[in-house]
Amino acid sequence: MQVTLKIFRYNPEIDKKGHHETYQLDVEETERILDLLELVKGHHDGTLSFRRSCAHGVCGSDAMRINGRNMLACKTLVRDVGDRITVEPLLGLKIVKDLIVDMEPFFDNYKKVLPYFINDSPLPADGKERLQSPEQRARFDETTKCILCAACTTSCPSFWSSDDYLGPAALVTAHRFIFDSRDQATSERLKIISETSGLARCHTVYNCTMACPRDIHITKAIGELKLATLTGKVD
Amino acid sequence: MANVHQFDVIVVGAGGAGLMAGLYASRGARTAVISKLYPTRSHTGAAQGGISAAFGNTEEDHPEWHTYDSVKGSDYLGDQDAIEFMCNEAIDAVLELEHMGLPFDRTPEGRILQRNFGGHTNNVTGKPVRRACHAADRTGHMILQTLYQQCLKNKVNFFDEYQVLDFLSVNGQAAGVVAVELATGELHTFHAKAVIFATGGHGRIFEVTSNAYAYTGDGAAVLLRRGLPLEDMEFFQFHPTGIYKLGILITEGVRGEGGVLINGKGERFMSKYAPHVKDLASRDVVSRAIYTEIREGRGVNGRNYVYLDARPESVMKYAAADGRTNPDGSPFTITAEELLKKLPDIVDFNRVYLGIDPMTQMMPIQPTAHYTMGGIPTNKFGEVVTDDKNTVYPGLYAAGECACVSVHGANRLGTNSLLDLIVFGKHAGLRAAEYARQAGLPDLPADPTEGARAQFEALRNGSGKENAFDISREMKKVMFDEVGIYRTEKGMRSALEKIHEWKERFQQVRITDTGRIFNTELLNAWELGNLLDVAEVIAECALNRTESRGGHSREDFPKRDDVNWLKHTLARQRDGKIEIGYKPVVITKYQPKERVY
Repeated sequence: MQVTLKIFRYNPEIDKKGHHETYQLDVEETERILDLLELVKGHHDGTLSFRRSCAHGVCGSDAMRINGRNMLACKTLVRDVGDRITVEPLLGLKIVKDLIVDMEPFFDNYKKVLPYFINDSPLPADGKERLQSPEQRARFDETTKCILCAACTTSCPSFWSSDDYLGPAALVTAHRFIFDSRDQATSERLKIISETSGLARCHTVYNCTMACPRDIHITKAIGELKLATLTGKVD
Repeated sequence: MANVHQFDVIVVGAGGAGLMAGLYASRGARTAVISKLYPTRSHTGAAQGGISAAFGNTEEDHPEWHTYDSVKGSDYLGDQDAIEFMCNEAIDAVLELEHMGLPFDRTPEGRILQRNFGGHTNNVTGKPVRRACHAADRTGHMILQTLYQQCLKNKVNFFDEYQVLDFLSVNGQAAGVVAVELATGELHTFHAKAVIFATGGHGRIFEVTSNAYAYTGDGAAVLLRRGLPLEDMEFFQFHPTGIYKLGILITEGVRGEGGVLINGKGERFMSKYAPHVKDLASRDVVSRAIYTEIREGRGVNGRNYVYLDARPESVMKYAAADGRTNPDGSPFTITAEELLKKLPDIVDFNRVYLGIDPMTQMMPIQPTAHYTMGGIPTNKFGEVVTDDKNTVYPGLYAAGECACVSVHGANRLGTNSLLDLIVFGKHAGLRAAEYARQAGLPDLPADPTEGARAQFEALRNGSGKENAFDISREMKKVMFDEVGIYRTEKGMRSALEKIHEWKERFQQVRITDTGRIFNTELLNAWELGNLLDVAEVIAECALNRTESRGGHSREDFPKRDDVNWLKHTLARQRDGKIEIGYKPVVITKYQPKERVY
């Protein structure tokens, strides 16, 4: 089928500001948007730049705005979005070149929530695993799925207004540890996410949940964190 | 000098092996990890089904059984001392991951839950054994996240989005690497006492592959061009179940949970090829079976695919037929809801890419290029070795898929790749740090970035008559067709002719992007150069080995030939040609015998 692909272009070494370029392509409806970008890069304009790696929605490299919504280019097919397709960089992060944005503020926020397992108590006497019931494991299953693609955080109006806001992805990470029965840094993490740049900036807009390519119910997870900070209880 | 960084240990690559190496090396030496991707984008994250360790959490199991299964899986080409070492370390390796917080699925008793996987058996009964420890069907994702998180906790230095370009050495001793910073295009020299390559595989040589775009054999190609040998490059694994045409991986865990392969006539054909363990035979056996079914006209609708059936009623039907029970001996039952919990991503991939629901429909699959068994030769401590006497290259280490220890031999068992990353990543890190404590910092070559600059200059100054994208497409197709699951002398000779032609044409490629910032066109072209170099080695080694063993299947030499070929290949690039030598296989307890599943 014929599609019209409009791509945001910006080369910082030449352009003062960004513009869109349009390409007419003959493609299959089952092709990924990433396949289309590769085709443009291979045959139309080698300078087109974007990040990608796994090409099937698990590495998180190619989050971008496709027809105005944050998606992974490798997990969105032509038939999902139709024959008029506009591809633009994520909002709220500085555009570096074409579809590549500066990810540093995003990862800086991630690093603020102590994004690692903390348990300084001695290991079980038998040296084996710390026991965890299937129910305890299920409690934080969903938030372990996050691939740090930034689709959620860059869909959030609070993050657009200030990148001090931890943002949904960092909060998802906090949730993953706070609700892990084996982790022992709950109170420190609750303190971090209770500060002004944390939970208070979430206004339950649901953009993050809509944007998540891993189908994590982010707004629900953030709601559970809010409840935990209010009640002081994690269960 | 601008952009020169000094460390004791430099790790190249931030997947499972690189992060494990970085974590361990940084405890004893000043260490930095450089990676062309943000670490969490590494391809370890795409691993699905599990990491094996003979815990015996739900049924009897032993590291000796794991060792034997891996030796047999390797078609006796794996080095048995290294395999035994890995399988003995497996339990502690997986426990260490758990202690780092990895969210494994759990048994009702709260222990790590395990599932069946191809080629892993109870050595007494010959039946499949539950050895694969898993976190749903995203075990690799959880390993990658957990290790990156622990690296952050331990303040490991990262240089994210730095692409390695060259390896530096002085008087036969490692001295560092050169890399380009993608965001600025600037070259950086990482001057170090020890260098650990953990750069992953090169499945992007093939048209249908489960591998990431990043899998372009960078480490192997960089060292090959610097005169180091590569081991057993003819052995490449084709995973039986990739999504038809796309190659996206459908974990063996689907069959581990009871899924079966069905041909176009509705037959469960694996009973013919592997009467004992059927769909849970090793990957080379299953991929050849699928290919044979397709070639003999039993693909679905005469096309190049068969079905993977994981519908709960099918799983229960075949479990009953096989006499498969729960660990307590009760009849095996499963619901769609339970399967969905065990395989959520598989269900998601099918819905997104095929528009089908695996709980009510069968999945169309075909073998997909998946794993590099060969690579940079190392011993079991991750030290790179350079000849048939296993002479160690001072200061140079490799671990993970880019390395060849060899624990996978001619065919890797599922779940052993993740285990390999953890065990050998750790030991490479430990050894490199230990080496760095005793070694002085070697001098740098007079002009360290010279080699890297020359490679980039060539790509900037080609005539422009050729297009890298087209060369890449042709290479992938020919390599998949002629140097894929089944190989013949005729096919491989024609592939080699074409490889030489593509290498010529590659000289005529000119990059249109003259910028410095994120010049991905330049980098992709450079990666294609790596793929072409590695493809040539694969094809030469495969043509040279006149037998069939594991993942290397010659139609003109269909039998394994232990008299002439029970040996590793060592290939070098010399004066633009590939030179082939050999190295003995280490055999300790298990004499080669016929392989039956």
